[in-house]
Amino acid sequence: MNAFLETFFKPNLIAQYLPSILKGVVTTIEIALAVVITGLALGLALAVIRAFQVKPLNALIVVFVDMFRALPPLVIVLIVYFGLPNVGVSIPSFAVLWLVLSLVLAAFAEEIFWAGILSVPKGQWEAARSTGFGFLATLTNIVLPQAVRLTVPPITNRTVAITKNTALGTVIGVPEILNQATTAQSFSGNATPLMMGALAYIILFIPVVALGRFLETRFAWRRN
Amino acid sequence: MDALIQQFFNLDIMSRALPLVLQGLQQTVLLCLIVIPLGLIGGLIFALASLSGSRTVRWGMIVAIDFFRAVPPLVLLIFVYSGLPFAGIRLSPLTAVAVAFFLNTSSYYGEIYRAGIESVGRGQWDAARSTGLSAFATLTHVVLPQAVRNVLPDLVSNTVEVVKLTSIASVVALPELLYSADMARSVTFNASPIVLAAAIYLCMLWPVVRLISRLERRMAS
Repeated sequence: MNAFLETFFKPNLIAQYLPSILKGVVTTIEIALAVVITGLALGLALAVIRAFQVKPLNALIVVFVDMFRALPPLVIVLIVYFGLPNVGVSIPSFAVLWLVLSLVLAAFAEEIFWAGILSVPKGQWEAARSTGFGFLATLTNIVLPQAVRLTVPPITNRTVAITKNTALGTVIGVPEILNQATTAQSFSGNATPLMMGALAYIILFIPVVALGRFLETRFAWRRN
Repeated sequence: MDALIQQFFNLDIMSRALPLVLQGLQQTVLLCLIVIPLGLIGGLIFALASLSGSRTVRWGMIVAIDFFRAVPPLVLLIFVYSGLPFAGIRLSPLTAVAVAFFLNTSSYYGEIYRAGIESVGRGQWDAARSTGLSAFATLTHVVLPQAVRNVLPDLVSNTVEVVKLTSIASVVALPELLYSADMARSVTFNASPIVLAAAIYLCMLWPVVRLISRLERRMAS
């Protein structure tokens, strides 16, 4: 038991590395929030554009969505991070992570929002249009409020899953939690910093995972 | 434009990297054949435990599932691979990946199975049991077939996530597709090998992603 505590919860190491882990927590939260905002906004915008049913535009959206759903995020991160500097575009590593994860989230969010828009019965459209609402007004005032409500649970779960990918930033040296923890581990030769990093993620993400579980039972996404 | 093609779609470099990348593909396929069945079986166990009659088992399992869904898979993998050796447990990269993936993917599959099993009406259980089927036979012959059918799109979509996730095994130096491509990248100072790997992932997963969209639409209507 004592050996276990010495290996994973050594008090003086906890005190020594707490500041750097906390710095990592701040970085992780900053990137995660930025990804959630831009990713969801872009996803919703794409779903709205898709509702206009412009054929060539829709084809482009579907290709974008499919590609970002089929590619592992780490692959995209590495392509952008190692490829762009060689063609003269250099962006800092945290911006690479933010950009890639935003695009991935946008792809998944578009698909979910679009499914939500489709799930609103046609009668709602027809009724709104016949009372004199324009297309855009129908979409934003009648259809989207109903569609978005339906999509809350799947969007929450997907958003959590994608923001957890901020840990991939460690591969390209973004100083987020995992990066701070592995650096501290290699300096200290002890697993305590890694345990602290894992605990930091659990403290950050357990509430959102639990929220997702609550939302799922609350507004159950009924299939039939 | 030319620089862009040279940097990302350099066919010469791609053809030189191809043998190495294909070796990586082999490892990725092998890895999938290990972690997907492991996750599907583990998920079923997790789901059954989270629906258990005992309150302690049920709540314990729900806490465990949420715990493994809250930890990023890469953190779990690095913890298993480079944290456990400090406690005297040294695992090979492949074993470490198998252990970390088992815990992570079983939790996700478990939640999907649970939703599926809950979607099958209680009456199905009661009817099957009252015709004399044992609890086990009821589960395997009556409940699970319907449950799996109800959540098929989610099961397929999670499997795509698992295949994509195998790319993080590159971080613990398991020579799978992304690792091999990144080796070729670091030798050639050119991103084309990773673009080649991306193309291979796309060939494997794009048809499945299309299939999921179609399945979901069919279930919705």
